[in-house]
Amino acid sequence: MSLNIADFVSSSPLMAVTATALLLILVEASRKGRPGLSFTLSMAGLFAASVFAVVNYSDEQIVFFGMLRQGWYANFLNLVFLSAAMLTVLVSKPYLERQGAHRGEYYILILFATIGMMFMAGANDLIVVFLGIELMSLCLYVLAGFFRTKDTSNESALKYFLLGAFATGFLLYGITLIYGTAGTTNLEAISKNLPTLSSQWMFMVGVGLLLTAFAFKVAAVPFHMWAPDVYEGAPTTVTAFMSTGAKAAAFATFVLLFHQVFQFTGSKVNDLIAYIAAASMVLGNVIAIAQANIKRMLAYSSIAHAGYMLSGIAAGNSEGQTGILFYLVAYTLMNVGAFGIVGLMEKVDDQNLQLDDYTGLSQQRPFLAALMAIFMFSLAGVPPFAGFFGKYYVFLSAVKADMTWLAVVGVMTSLVSAYYYLRIVVLMYFRDGKGDVAAQPAIPALVAVTSSAILLLQFGIFPSFIVNAVQKLF
Amino acid sequence: MTLESVIFSVLAASAVGSALLVVTRRNPVMSALYLIVNFFCLAGLYLTLHAQFIAIIQILVYAGAIMVLFVFVIMLLNLGDERKLSDGVSWKKIVAAGFCAALLMEFVYILIYSEPSPAVMSASMATEIGTVEYIGSQLFTKFLFPFEITSLILTAAIVGAIVLAKRKLD
Repeated sequence: MSLNIADFVSSSPLMAVTATALLLILVEASRKGRPGLSFTLSMAGLFAASVFAVVNYSDEQIVFFGMLRQGWYANFLNLVFLSAAMLTVLVSKPYLERQGAHRGEYYILILFATIGMMFMAGANDLIVVFLGIELMSLCLYVLAGFFRTKDTSNESALKYFLLGAFATGFLLYGITLIYGTAGTTNLEAISKNLPTLSSQWMFMVGVGLLLTAFAFKVAAVPFHMWAPDVYEGAPTTVTAFMSTGAKAAAFATFVLLFHQVFQFTGSKVNDLIAYIAAASMVLGNVIAIAQANIKRMLAYSSIAHAGYMLSGIAAGNSEGQTGILFYLVAYTLMNVGAFGIVGLMEKVDDQNLQLDDYTGLSQQRPFLAALMAIFMFSLAGVPPFAGFFGKYYVFLSAVKADMTWLAVVGVMTSLVSAYYYLRIVVLMYFRDGKGDVAAQPAIPALVAVTSSAILLLQFGIFPSFIVNAVQKLF
Repeated sequence: MTLESVIFSVLAASAVGSALLVVTRRNPVMSALYLIVNFFCLAGLYLTLHAQFIAIIQILVYAGAIMVLFVFVIMLLNLGDERKLSDGVSWKKIVAAGFCAALLMEFVYILIYSEPSPAVMSASMATEIGTVEYIGSQLFTKFLFPFEITSLILTAAIVGAIVLAKRKLD
C-alpha cells in the first residue's frame, strides 16, 4: 500500500480547490481588508479546477486506498459544483459590497463548501460521504449567518444548524447499521454483497435512515420544513449557492448510493422514493402559489424541483440517471440566475423582495427583465430552454419504469407551477409600476446571470451535448 | 452465566438506568452527572468488546472534556426555576410520543424477528482491531485520506467560528 502521483493527478480538481482555499486563508491573514484579491484568487482557483476536471473526464479509477472514485461521474458533477461556485462568487461581490459585508472569509467558506461537495460526488466509501457532507454543511451554516447583525440571518443559520445536525444523526446511524451488517464501509464491497445484505432487516433499516438523511439534505417532503425559513433568512447569494450546489451534491450522493450501489429497482424502496417525490412535487408547487416573498416562493419551488429529480431516482434505470444529471445542470443554471437577479434587485434591509416590487421592471431595466423571464420560463419547463429537457428525461424514465402515475403527477404539478412562475413575467411586462433596482453598477453579477441564461438556451437547443457527456461511458 | 455476560448485564442495566435518569431529572446539574455515569458504563461496554482504545477515548473525551463543557454552560446560563422548563401536556406531545412509541415497536420487532447477522469478524480479529497500534497504522495508511479531510473540516470550522464570533471585524 502506498500513495502514487497518479492518485493526486486524477483528483487534481479537488487538490486545486483545496490549495486555493488554504492559500486564501494565508492571503487574508497577511493582507487585511482587501477582499478584492480574494475574489480574484478564488475565481482563478475555481477556473483552474474546472480545467482539470475537463482534462480528467475519463474512465473511473479508485484512488487513495479505495476512498475516492475519480472519473467521468465525479468530474461531471465537479463541473456542476464549480460552475455553481463561480457564478455564486460573481454575483456575490456586488451584492456583499452593497450590503456592507464584503469580507474575504466569505470566499474561503464558499471554497471549503465546494471541496465538501466534490468529496461527496467522488466518494467510494461511506466515511468520505459523511465527511464531505459535514464539510459542506458546516460552511453553509456559517454562510447562512454571514450577516451577523441581522436577526433573520441568525435565525436562518441556527435553524439550519440544529436541523442539519439532526439529519447528520440519521446519516450516522444509517452508516453504523450498514457497517454492522456488511463489515465494511467501502461502497464497492457493499455493492458486491448486496444480494445477501438486502435480505437482512438491519441493513434495510440502515438504508432507510440514509434515505431520511438525504431527503432532508435535498429538502424533500416530509423533511422540507427548514428550507423556506433558511432560504429566506440567508444572504441571497448564499441561498443561490445552497439551493444549487448543495442540492446538486446531495443528489450526486443520492444517485451514487441509490442508483449505483443499492440497486433496489422495482422494490419497495423505490416505491417509497416515488411517494416522497410525488408529495414534494404537489406540496412544493401548491404552497409556492401563496407566497408573496420571492425568496420564499423560490424556496418552495426548489422543494418541487427536488421532487422532479427524485422521480428519476425512483425510476432506477439508466434514463433516470441521465435525466437527473441533465436536470442538475439546468437547475443549477436557472436557480443561480433567478437568485442572482433577486440579489441585484434587493436593497439594504431586505427591501425589494416582494413579488410586487417586480411590477413594471421591463420599462426600467429591460435587460434584467428579459433575463428573469428566461429563468422563469425555464423553471416552468417551457421548451426552448434547458429546464424543459430536464423534466422530459426525468418523466420519460418514470414512464419506462412503469411509474406512469408519477410522470402524470409531475406533468400536472408542472402546469400548476407555470402559474406562479409566469405571474412574475406578467408583472414585469404587462403592469405599470416602479420596478427599480439598486443603483450601483454590478458588472460581475450581470456577467454571471447573462452567461447562465446563454448556457440555458444552448443546452435547451442542443441537449445532446450534455446527454452525450453523461452517457459517454455507459 | 459466564463472568463476561454478568459484567455485560450489569453495565448495560446501569447504562439504561442512568440514561433514563438523565432525561427525567429536573435539575440540569444532576442530569449532567448521570450522563457521566452513562459514559463510564459505555466505556465499560467497549472494554467487553475488546475495544481498549475507544474505551479510553470515551472517558478522556466525553466523560472528561465534553462534560466539563456541559457543566460550564449550565453554570453560565444560570437557569433559575427549572419548573418553568416543563409545560403541560399538549396534543403535539401526544402525537410525538405516539410516533416515538411506533418507532420503538418497529425496532423491537426487527431485533426479535430478524435473522441474526452472520459474525463479520472473529474474536481474535476483534481483539487485534481494538489496540492502539492497529488503529494508528490504519489511520496513516488506509484511512489517511478521511483523516486529512477531517483536518480540512477543522480548518473550515475555525474560519467559521471567527466569522461568526469575532468581536470586531476589520
